[in-house]
Order: sequence, then C-alpha cells, then structure tokens
Amino acid sequence: MAASDFDVAVVGGGLVGVATAWGLAREGCRVVVLDEGDRAVRASRGNFALVWVQSKGLGLPEYAGWTIRSSNAWGGFAQTLKEETGLDVAFQRPGGFHLALSGKELEARANILKRLHNQPGIVDYKTEIMDRSQVAKMLPDIGPEVVGGSFCPLDGHVNSLRLFRTLHTAIKARGVTYLPSHRVETITKEGGEFRLATAQGEIRAGKVALAAGNANMRLAPMVGLEAPMKPERGQIVVTERLRPFLNHPVVTLRQTDEGTVMIGDSKEESIDPAGLTLGVSATEAERAVRLFPLLANVNVVRTWSAIRVMTQDGFPIYDESETHPGAFTICCHSGVTLAANHALTVAPMIARGALDTSLVAPFSARRFHVQATG
Amino acid sequence: MFKRLAETGAAVAITVDGRQIAARAGDTVAAALIAAGIDHCRTTPVSGAPRAPYCLMGVCFECLVTVDGVGSRQGCLVPVRDGMAVETQTGKREAGR
Repeated sequence: MAASDFDVAVVGGGLVGVATAWGLAREGCRVVVLDEGDRAVRASRGNFALVWVQSKGLGLPEYAGWTIRSSNAWGGFAQTLKEETGLDVAFQRPGGFHLALSGKELEARANILKRLHNQPGIVDYKTEIMDRSQVAKMLPDIGPEVVGGSFCPLDGHVNSLRLFRTLHTAIKARGVTYLPSHRVETITKEGGEFRLATAQGEIRAGKVALAAGNANMRLAPMVGLEAPMKPERGQIVVTERLRPFLNHPVVTLRQTDEGTVMIGDSKEESIDPAGLTLGVSATEAERAVRLFPLLANVNVVRTWSAIRVMTQDGFPIYDESETHPGAFTICCHSGVTLAANHALTVAPMIARGALDTSLVAPFSARRFHVQATG
Repeated sequence: MFKRLAETGAAVAITVDGRQIAARAGDTVAAALIAAGIDHCRTTPVSGAPRAPYCLMGVCFECLVTVDGVGSRQGCLVPVRDGMAVETQTGKREAGR
C-alpha cells in the first residue's frame, strides 16, 4: 500500500469500528478498516441489541445526555442506512421496561432512578415507576410475581446482526477498504503519518481511530493513550420463533423482529468466550418464565456466551492523543446504542481532526487519574 | 407413496387437526402422518413454505407439530398414544401453546 493511501485507519471491524468508518466515509475521508480474523473475540456478533437509555449515567450524568443524543438520532440513522443499502435494521423505539419480581426489587430500582435523577446537570429522560396494573396494560402477559417496573419511553431495540451486516454493506458501497485478518501488531508515527504493522504488511494513514473493543487496552499505549478495560462475559438464551406477544423490550428479555425471544443480561468475570455456565443460562431462563409464564413450554434453540466490551468504570472513552496528534480512541460498552453517535457525531470530529470537547470532554480517560484532571 | 410393512402393531386412534387417522402401536407421530398420506405437517415461520418429516431421527426439526396442546414437538421422537390430538402448525408458534 502506497504512503498516505488512507486518511484514516480504523482499527477494529466491529460495530463501533464500522459505524465510525461509515461516518468518516460520509465526510469524504479515504478509510481503511483493519479487522482481526474469524477467531477474534466478537462482541458485535453476540450482543443483546438494545438501544437503551434508562439507568445510563449514574456517576457520570453527561453519559445520560450522550446516550439520549444517540437514541434520538437512531431513527434517522436507520433510515439513512436503509436508503443506502436497502436493508432494514428493524429499529423500534416503543419504550422499554425493567421489571421487578418483588417489592424489594422495585424499591431498589426506584432508588437507583432517584439517585440518577438527583445528579446535577442530568437530563430528564422521563423514566417512571409503574405499579403492576400500569405495567399489565402495556405487557398483558406478565406473571403473577411481577409487582411493577420502570418504563422509559426512549428505550428501543434493533436487529443487531442485521445492523452489523448493513454497516458492512454501507461502508463497502462508500468505498471503504475492509481488511480482515489484519491484526494490528504495532502503531508508530513517522513523518506525519501513522504506520500500522500487521502480518500482512504495513498500512499507512494520516489518522488512526482505535475501535478495537477490549483490545484498545493493548493498542492505546502505542499512541500515547490509555484505555483501561474490564471485560466481562454475558450469556444469552434464544427461543424458537414465536408470534408477536411482547410489544416492549425488557432489559433482560426482548422479542426480536423475527419472532425469537432473547433472554440475557448475565455478568461473569470469566473472559473465555467459548465457555458456557449452564447455571447462569438456567437462572436467566427461570427468571424469564417468572416474568412471562407463557414462555415455560417454549423451546430454546440456541445459547451463547459473548465478552462484553467494558471500560473500568462502564462509561465510554473518547480521547485524542497529545503525544500522537491524529490518534483517537473510541471505547464503549454500548456499541449498538451509541452507533448513531459514533457515525454521526464522533466520526465527523475525527474527520476534522479534533474532538469537540463541549460534547465528549467528560469521556476522556483522564478521569481515571485524579491528579491529572485538575 | 409410503407403504406399511405387513407386520405392524395394533391399531391406535389419533386425530390430526381433528380428523381421525389410523396409526399403529410403535409408530412415531411423524411415521403416522406419513403413513396417513399427510404431505406436510407445518409451514415455516419465515417464508411459510410447507415442511414434512425428513430425517426421522430427531436431528432436522422439520417434523414439528403440536401434540396434545404443546407446540413445536418433534413428531419423530413422540410415540403415538390412543386419543392423542396432533395439530399441524402454521408459521410461528404461539407462546403459551
């Protein structure tokens, strides 16, 4: 590859990487996406596909605003993707629920929301606590143990595998170069450009955007940045396709546009993506049946584990390197929810060569160093 | 299309979509459907294409039927029983059935 063939090299071909690459291509950048091979840990192929707002931002109120920005942009984002590719990612925003199976759970939920809303500078995102009868009006199939829940009208979901495919189709149509099996070994900056070494040869680009999920931990220090990550494992149980019965996603359970019910939201410290803890799947399924007893007889067709991309405090990291100008990190757990922001807000910043601090300053990894933030 | 062997078991009465069919002891539901000349037991949830028992050994999941009110059972793994009510399935299963 000749020097300066690319304006930006995006490292990582998952949802964060391809959403960013698409946004960069829309800004007129010549973009290359460097991805690993099929054996890579693939968070974007295993996620739960919520576009989720409620609960986000406790401890960092700006994260709530950032999430709502993406949630609000999602409809237009999905529409644009459809116009460009003909593919429908099945984005819906009917509002979503957290459900409680005991008074104690409901009280804990209400307390979290209260603490969240009491933070200075928080945006009001209209999450309300509902009692059982209010919930039952919207979710008629809830079980007798459901005492209530919280509802946020901004919550939604999407078909995330189709989103992933759609973004790949869209970047290809926009002339982005996608290079699988190009694990980036080292990154250096020489003569005003970045040189990314892979076993397949060196790629040169004017800027580099690190969107490699948990692997940003390894890559960021190469360009004077840091990405403290704390990967964790989640498990998902999927049922056979059912006729529509669930009009709103629940944080642990949703019916997809194709009819399957996904049950998830477990957390384990293990980072072995090939393992599966049967007890965890069983607990998820048992709780799902208590929430919606009509699931009791339904067949499970698939279960899997996936590794969550997670920063150490759970909030996103967006940074530009001081020592290596032109190098950026994009790290976050919510690659689906924030896809619209990465495509429509972060990518244009990278294209311009500077992060807009009015929007993303709170998400700098400098927050992990008390002394450096003053 | 299919013909029973001579040495089949005692008669067992089951219904398919309310219609009485003559099965034999030792038949699976899938075998009984085939023997009765029923050419498909469900339509798929995605395209609505008709499907019939295929592998007859529990692998392909083509022979899904509702048995005594429980949906998506593998017909080839369920032996017939006198009075059993089998229903063919249309598209996606209804949760709770």
